[in-house]
This record gives sequence, C-alpha cells and structure tokens, in this order.
Amino acid sequence: MHDAGKIIFGLIVFVVIVTSPAWYNAAFGKAGFVPTPKAPVDKKQCIEPKQVIRVIHRDLLTDWRDSVVRRGMRTYLASDSKTYTMSLTRTCMNCHTDKGEFCDQCHNYMGVKPRCWDCHNYPKGIQGIQ
Amino acid sequence: MEFDRRVFLKVAGLTLVGLAAKPGWEVFSKVGSSDPSPASGVSAAKRWAMAVQLEKCWEVRGCTDCIDACHRIHNVPDLGNIKEEIKWLWTVPYEKAFPEHDFELTGEGHRLKPTLLLCNHCDDPPCIKFCPTRATWKREDGVVMMDFHRCIGCRYCMAGCPYGSRSFNWKDPRPFIKKINLEFPTRTKGVVEKCNFCEERLVQGLLPACVEACKEKALVFGDLKQPESEIRKALQGKTVYQRQPELGTKPKVYYIL
Repeated sequence: MHDAGKIIFGLIVFVVIVTSPAWYNAAFGKAGFVPTPKAPVDKKQCIEPKQVIRVIHRDLLTDWRDSVVRRGMRTYLASDSKTYTMSLTRTCMNCHTDKGEFCDQCHNYMGVKPRCWDCHNYPKGIQGIQ
Repeated sequence: MEFDRRVFLKVAGLTLVGLAAKPGWEVFSKVGSSDPSPASGVSAAKRWAMAVQLEKCWEVRGCTDCIDACHRIHNVPDLGNIKEEIKWLWTVPYEKAFPEHDFELTGEGHRLKPTLLLCNHCDDPPCIKFCPTRATWKREDGVVMMDFHRCIGCRYCMAGCPYGSRSFNWKDPRPFIKKINLEFPTRTKGVVEKCNFCEERLVQGLLPACVEACKEKALVFGDLKQPESEIRKALQGKTVYQRQPELGTKPKVYYIL
C-alpha cells in the first residue's frame, strides 16, 4: 500500500463527482420533487381504481392494443362491471385531455419514453407536432 | 449394494423420466388450440370483398372523391414525390393495371383511363408469409391486417406483394398530413402501411370510406358469403377481372368492365 493516500483521494473525488447531481438537487431544494399529474376536475373515477391503474396502466394498454388490433375485441369490462371502448385516444385522452399535464409528469420524472405518441393522437398538443 | 456408475446412471435416468411426467402430461393432454387465430368468432362467417365498376368510375373525369375520403380519415400523407409516396388508394392507367389485356386494335379506348388500385386483400396473401414478426396477417373475415406496433420495417412484405399495395414510411409522415384526423393514428418513420379495408369502420357497421364517398356508386363492397349481398349482386352474371390472377393470390378486389 504505497499509494494508499492517492487511491483514497481519487476514490473520494470519484464518489463526489458521481453523486454531484444529488448534491446539486439537495442544495437547490429539488430533492423532494414529486411529480404532480393533473387529474381531470369533472371526473371522479378512472376506469379502474386509482391505485390499480397507477400500477397496471402499462399492461392494460398493451392488452387493449393486442385485443383491438389482433383479436378485434374492442370492449373492456372493468372490475365494477362497467364497459368501456378500448381506445387510447377516445377513452383515456377523452378525460386526460392534456398529455403534458398528465402522462408526461411521471414519465419525465422516471425517465421513461413511451412511444405511443409517435402515431397516436391526443386532442391538445397535436398542433405542437405540426 | 455398491453405488457404482451403472446404478447412478439408472437412478439419474429414472429421476429425469419422473420429472418429465407432469409437464409432459400437461402438453399432451391439451385438447384443441388455446390461441385462436385473430378475430375468429367475431367475424368468421364473413368474407369482405370489393368490386370496382370501371364504366361508372369513368363517368366523371378527374374525380378523386374516394381517394380524398380515404386519405383524409386514415391520415395518409402527401409527400409530393413518387419515390416516397404512401399508397392506400390510388390510380394508374388501365394498361398498367391490366398489362395482359390487348390494346393493339382497341384504339385509345380505355387504355389510359385511371384505374383504381388498393390492397387486394387476397385469399392467399404472399405478403403475410414474408413477415418475420407476424405484423401482418389475414383475419378470418378476409381483411389483410397490419399491426403497426409490431412492424419492424424490414419491407419483406413489400417485396412479397405483387400489386405494390404496400408503402414504407421513409420519414415521419406527420408534417405532410394536411389535417390530422384524431380518431385514427398516424404512422411513424420505419413502418409499412396499406389499405385496411376500413376495418375500423366495418366494426361500427359502416361501409369503407371510399365506397361511401363515391357519388357514382362505382364501388361496391360486401360479404361474399351472403348470396343477397350487394357485392354478390354486382358480380352476378358479369365478366370480372382480377389483377394477376395467375399468381394464385386470389385477390378479392374485382374489376367489372
């Protein structure tokens, strides 16, 4: 251990650099950032309870996609026995009209980039594409 | 008893057989298929087809009502150059659509008249055999479907289609769509697309947009399996052409002259 001092110093510098974004956010009070998706004001209930949809919306949309495109079934039977049309644009975006205020809030925070919007349309914001 | 190599092999072999018994039973005791082909049951009793009555189509010169309607509702872009053209419903001169017909002695006649082309929704579509991801397949009601989600843009289907009915998106089509119809998705760079027989309208009990848009009633659409359907009446007793029937694809778009 001839160069213990240099190695330990180097390690400390490395750890500081790697964790610098966390320190930066802590210094400017951003560490406690929580995404705030805006729920539609006039609707009380999503197609499934909020806690469920939060976890399964990704799989649910994948199921809807396969069901509509590949099996030709377009009606979703929710757990409360209500039926909905399986459609991202017509069902989901009908209430959550603003993708930026809803979808993007958590997706940006988590760094996920769903590719739905490469093709699918949403009422507000299509002007932004053109 | 001495536990030698011979005994070890016997015990190991018996153990494997024992372990394989349950999964083996599960596989071989299954009756029928658990994964029905797409859209079976929903529409298995149907066979959609279209007829183009060319004489009626040619009554109004330069009419593009059907093409406009199709492209408007399906967000088909106009890229302005023929190399990157996206084709759902388009026209070519009659002699290009039916090159096997003889024009030597017919004079000009209908040689250069615009002939409407679209995906033939073949009974035996070559395109689907080439698709490595099964992004395209034939539904039980005869519609040759595209799953844009699954298309990887390899363009094998385009090479397979003898009718040139498939187009590839070389770039993002959105800037080239005049007005986006929110009800129908656009496509994205790197996928193949084609006419879908207005599958999204059929499910609502509507006719395809082109058929509805044609004021001359030149386009007839219906179910071939119903003897009383419009299409069967239109085909009854007529001389009917299909494009390149010799290839054995059994096209389901008929031309009546």
